[in-house]
Amino acid sequence: MIIDHPLLGPRDSAEFTYLGDASLIHRPDWEAKDAISQFAEYGYQRDNPAGTHRELWFHEQGDRSWLVVTRSTTTHEITQVELARDVARREGRST
Amino acid sequence: MRYSGFKVIKEALTGHRGWGPAWRDRDPASAYDYIIIGGGGHGLATAYYLAKVYGQSRIAVLEKGWIGGGNVGRNTTIIRSNYLLDGNEPFYEFSLQLWEGLEQELNYNAMVSQRGILNLIHTDAQRDAFIRRGNAMILNGADADLLSTAQIKARYPFLNTDNARFPIKGGLAQHRGGTVRHDAVAWGYARGADQLGVDIIQNCEVTGFLIEDGTCTGVETTRGPIKAGKVASCVAGSSSRVMEKAGMRLPIESHVLQAFVSEGLKPVLSGVITFGAGHFYCSQSDKGGLVFGGDIDGYNSYAQRGNLPVVEDVCEGGMAIFPMLGRARLLRMWGGIMDMSMDGSPIIDRTHVDGLYFNGGWCYGGFKATPASGYVYAHLLATDTPHPTATAYRFDRFSTGHMIDEKGMGNQPNLH
Repeated sequence: MIIDHPLLGPRDSAEFTYLGDASLIHRPDWEAKDAISQFAEYGYQRDNPAGTHRELWFHEQGDRSWLVVTRSTTTHEITQVELARDVARREGRST
Repeated sequence: MRYSGFKVIKEALTGHRGWGPAWRDRDPASAYDYIIIGGGGHGLATAYYLAKVYGQSRIAVLEKGWIGGGNVGRNTTIIRSNYLLDGNEPFYEFSLQLWEGLEQELNYNAMVSQRGILNLIHTDAQRDAFIRRGNAMILNGADADLLSTAQIKARYPFLNTDNARFPIKGGLAQHRGGTVRHDAVAWGYARGADQLGVDIIQNCEVTGFLIEDGTCTGVETTRGPIKAGKVASCVAGSSSRVMEKAGMRLPIESHVLQAFVSEGLKPVLSGVITFGAGHFYCSQSDKGGLVFGGDIDGYNSYAQRGNLPVVEDVCEGGMAIFPMLGRARLLRMWGGIMDMSMDGSPIIDRTHVDGLYFNGGWCYGGFKATPASGYVYAHLLATDTPHPTATAYRFDRFSTGHMIDEKGMGNQPNLH
């Protein structure tokens, strides 16, 4: 698979390590009343869809940026690549 | 029909006209006591033990394709019970014991071959860890044998014991481990279940669950709705897709694992060897091909095919310890989809929906578990209590912290 890095252009996916579902960007509030159940859900439960999947890739052997890659889990086709930083800011994560 | 040596001779002398189909391809009835979703090894074994051991009837196995066409025909056929943790080892040892009696039990030649499995040791720390694991195995009634480099060299003279990065300093052997003809496992259980009155229904995909007031009363399928007293999902690889129809999210990611077979060679590798440091393992099939595999590709996938970097990585791992492998050509490679769970261990449990049960999360270790998985799942379905060897495989371990994490990797499914 070739990941079209927003800053560096097309790179081989072997340069990256894979973390998982991009929803991991949204860490629950540790002070919330139901923080324990929120973290259990955050840490362990996944949608795991067959089809379009937004996921976090880390350019470990490159510029060490985190990317949000939109990819099909049935064809491996990549349709969108964004900097995770941009996604996090756009989706309102403050830290 | 009972198979025997006498029957083979008789048929050979009479033109093989007396063989019938091993099982019947049924049409679905309108209602069953038990519906098992998934006609793979685990599902067929569940149906078999449910009828045979737990005396249940009106059982159907629903398979979206053809039986034996999924992961039971895509694995690398290894059986073993060399686990460390209490939640796992009794279960896998139970499974190995069932394998040992399987062919007599089913009257079916599954080619169970206890040719032994050897885990290679490269460092002092690894030796300590393997001694501990061997002791845990022995405490649970399994066999384990610590071998020296000389003993390994005597059996496998072609191994590169002096690799600069990973010199072979010994190994942990389980002589009762080995390989099984994987397709025959599906066929043997199908035949056994069919003889006990189980309906095996192929080309019947479950498209939804019938749930009334929190109770599952049946399934919607591509061949119409079917009512059931209890519904049991057994579709590792596609678990999230199926259980999502019941509104569940699972502690599972689906990943692709590739496997490889070389061209046929003369007998060279008498047992199973695993090279954990390079994540490579290999056995030789009875047809002569070297059957080997390594890491999963590492990203979510339902594609049943992987990518080339992992092919290269696996072959490099093989070359590191089997330099002779470089002379063999790769004949076939394929991918299968794994339920990679959050702690690397399976789940066999009830769900929040009454009458709906779950079996999955086998990571890439499901084949060896086939008989015990079926047995303990049948126990759960028939009695609503977990089998004594499978009490730890609960859904709630991910919220209570009772993880069964053999490799200590944490909740990162692609590292298990």
